Amino acid sequence: MMANRHLAWGLLLPALLWTLAFFAAPLVIMGMYSLWQRVGMKLVQTWTTHNYQQFASKSFLFESLVNSLEVTATVTIISILLAYPLAYILAERVPARWQRLALVMAILPFWTSYVVRSYSWLLVLSEGGILSNFLMDIGLIAEPMSFANNRGATVVGFVHFFVMLLTLTIYASLVQLPPSYRKAAADLGAGPVRSFIHVVLPLTLPGVMVGAFLTFVLCIGDYITPQILGGNQELLLPQTIMMQISRRSDFPMASALAMILMAVVSLAYLACARWLKLDRL
Amino acid sequence: MNIRTLPAALYVLLLYGFIFLPVLVLVLFSFQESRLPVPPFDGPSLAWYRAMLADDRLMDALVNSVLVGVVSSLVAVTLGFLAAYALARHRLPLAGLLRGLLTAPLTISYLIIGMGLLITFNSLGVPKSLWTIGIGHVVINLPLCFAIVYSQMGAQQAHAERAARDLGAREWQVIVLITAPMLWPALFASFFLSLTFSWDEFIIAFLVSRFDVTLPVEIWSMLRSGLNPKTNAIGSFVFVISFLFVLLLDLVVLRKRAA
Repeated sequence: MMANRHLAWGLLLPALLWTLAFFAAPLVIMGMYSLWQRVGMKLVQTWTTHNYQQFASKSFLFESLVNSLEVTATVTIISILLAYPLAYILAERVPARWQRLALVMAILPFWTSYVVRSYSWLLVLSEGGILSNFLMDIGLIAEPMSFANNRGATVVGFVHFFVMLLTLTIYASLVQLPPSYRKAAADLGAGPVRSFIHVVLPLTLPGVMVGAFLTFVLCIGDYITPQILGGNQELLLPQTIMMQISRRSDFPMASALAMILMAVVSLAYLACARWLKLDRL
Repeated sequence: MNIRTLPAALYVLLLYGFIFLPVLVLVLFSFQESRLPVPPFDGPSLAWYRAMLADDRLMDALVNSVLVGVVSSLVAVTLGFLAAYALARHRLPLAGLLRGLLTAPLTISYLIIGMGLLITFNSLGVPKSLWTIGIGHVVINLPLCFAIVYSQMGAQQAHAERAARDLGAREWQVIVLITAPMLWPALFASFFLSLTFSWDEFIIAFLVSRFDVTLPVEIWSMLRSGLNPKTNAIGSFVFVISFLFVLLLDLVVLRKRAA
């Protein structure tokens, strides 16, 4: 076995080098950039916390983080509230042989392209779109109106995606729950509501938390959905980052904002770590 | 259907309606005759599918997407498989740390991975191209391939590998002739999952590309012209392709396991 150890390292090396060169090193370089500064069009390579100070003092930068946190929290809560009943009904009320088909159907739209999914919501929400048309037909509004280009549209676009995701993770933890637990609760005199609150809900919490964490991470880092659906009233953090890159070519500032985004995600991970046994999946 | 199941049925119906609404609208108005994909529907017409096929940039982007997807997925599966084999079959020091490092990219936003690559390529003077997109896609798919293959490495293959070694097989023969064929479903699943992710990935491709772009980036630039049935057509087309990927994966891998 000892002679094989070199061989094992040799087999591991390509993957390891790739990850180090194209993942770890770029993050380190980005961290360094965030401590540099762009003055005029030049990059000044002396350590400074200038970018982070700018973030704290310039309201539009800091506000984009607040906006992101608000939108992400709203999306996560609404998605859980919509997905839990759906997962519960699928797991408990739908005959077992139909469950698989029902789940596949629920995540079918997931396979539309990521960019196209937000565009599709634009078709529904824009002025003269399906929703506006429908509301005019039933007489609720008199003129065509737009429901896109605001925070609500961004939230709808996000919720659409994350309801599918959360339904999957919650369904997975519901079907793992042995029916005997609920029977035991019933035998001990608990009604359906008490048995749900004291038995089912706590035991499916890990599924909810895994889904909620994924929702948080994917939602707060997403650029497309707010860019297509959100309009230009307010910016979310990824939009601010992209603006630093594409309009201003300010890589140090963009790097600092990206580091802040990473820090927020890490905090979220630490907060949910006790529920997230990702290696168990 | 009694009074107790009615609310549940209604709820499911409403939520499925919400989930399917945008997709149905997308597909329906890809068959629109006139220039705007909004009601009233005046099709069906295949005019916008013809326009899509006649759009050279779009078709180039489609070919680019397939190229980048296939090559980067092959690289990701190969590197992931070799690393999984090394870590599952040999006791290496710091194995836990190495596993952690290899799966770490799963926990970082694509936006940040893409930005890191962009800054690195810029400061090294590496030109942005399909290659740089491919490099980025290997970064995001390698952890996935590694994790899937690693989770499927069991005692069953280890016995067969030992038998092969006892019969005089060299290590590379063991890997190519015993381990890889036995892990075929896992390798296949990793490949198609990688292909699906690469096919749909936008932000990294957007950041590290310049003249040659992949399909999501080209669709993104089409969006600037506003609502357009041609975008519906290409969107529906992508949907059908992705759906076929999933169907294939399901038929080959999951059915086989059940049998």
